[in-house]
Amino acid sequence: MALLNVLVVPDERLKQVSQPVEQFDSSLRDFIQDLEQTMRAGPGGVGIAAAQVAHFERIVIVDVSSKPNIKHHGCLVLINPEITQWEGMVQGREGCMSVPDYTGNVIRAKSIQLTAYDKFGAKQSYHCEGYEARAIQHEVDHLDGTLFLDRVVSRRTDIFKRKHYQ
Amino acid sequence: MEQQWYMLTVIGKDKPGLVAKVTAALFGIGCNLGETSMIRLGGNFTMMLMVQYDGNIAELNTVITPVTNELLLRCHVDAIDGQLHDHRASDVRISVYGADRTGIVSQVTNALAQAGLDIFDLISDVGGTPQHPVYIMHIEGHAAQGLEVLQNALCTSIEQGIEVHVAPIDTIIG
Repeated sequence: MALLNVLVVPDERLKQVSQPVEQFDSSLRDFIQDLEQTMRAGPGGVGIAAAQVAHFERIVIVDVSSKPNIKHHGCLVLINPEITQWEGMVQGREGCMSVPDYTGNVIRAKSIQLTAYDKFGAKQSYHCEGYEARAIQHEVDHLDGTLFLDRVVSRRTDIFKRKHYQ
Repeated sequence: MEQQWYMLTVIGKDKPGLVAKVTAALFGIGCNLGETSMIRLGGNFTMMLMVQYDGNIAELNTVITPVTNELLLRCHVDAIDGQLHDHRASDVRISVYGADRTGIVSQVTNALAQAGLDIFDLISDVGGTPQHPVYIMHIEGHAAQGLEVLQNALCTSIEQGIEVHVAPIDTIIG
């Protein structure tokens, strides 16, 4: 296994759109191992997209299992992911290994439905919510060359939860 | 040798073009801007700018004051012991609102300070109508003793009709 070099802004390659994976072979699985190791080496990293290491295939890894008391699917390797449904909106704080020393508020869907292939080429579907759904949306954005910086909203706004809706 | 950082504070009646003119003047004398906060408060425009400048405080004042005078702005310069990349991540957000009255900020922030909150960012505004103003405040910081302690510390404020929401900031690093 090897730690891969993470691209950081303003590297133009972060804006590149990634292409679908077509070969589910051992070299893909070797790369996924390296990608996961790179994600875990980053402080607080809960997700990574292949594009962040200049590998422009549609591969992301998300693992939010270190966060207590949240729903999650463990370590998710999502190849050619397609988000098929979005529900609700919520604002949350995001940072990125490719954008060091900056965090910002981003509005994302509260829950999502998605399909993706696993590392052996089997199609899977998932319903994800909360923190895990946010992490997946952040990583899938990387595959389309979009950074959270492209979606950040003002810190000078906030959303109050209403106690009563009558 | 690295240039000295200064904190430049500029305030005055708001009008279009202030940011462009002040920053153009600073750029024109070779200043490098760092982190800044610029916001309209009560019809005034307020600017706080980290400015890196290859000269002393008197020289910076000499070159910037004519520009701010011409724009009818007041300007103050302090040499600071600061640097970039010194952020601390907030782990809690406290949102507060209620009918405006004297002492909301004092009451809430004192309660939070005693409960171990280190404030990194506070913004407040007065909304509503002139007849029924509403005070709205957002605070972010580090809760050294946890969120429950903060929530408990705000019970008195809540009993007095102030709406308070304490929420964790779980930053995704992806």
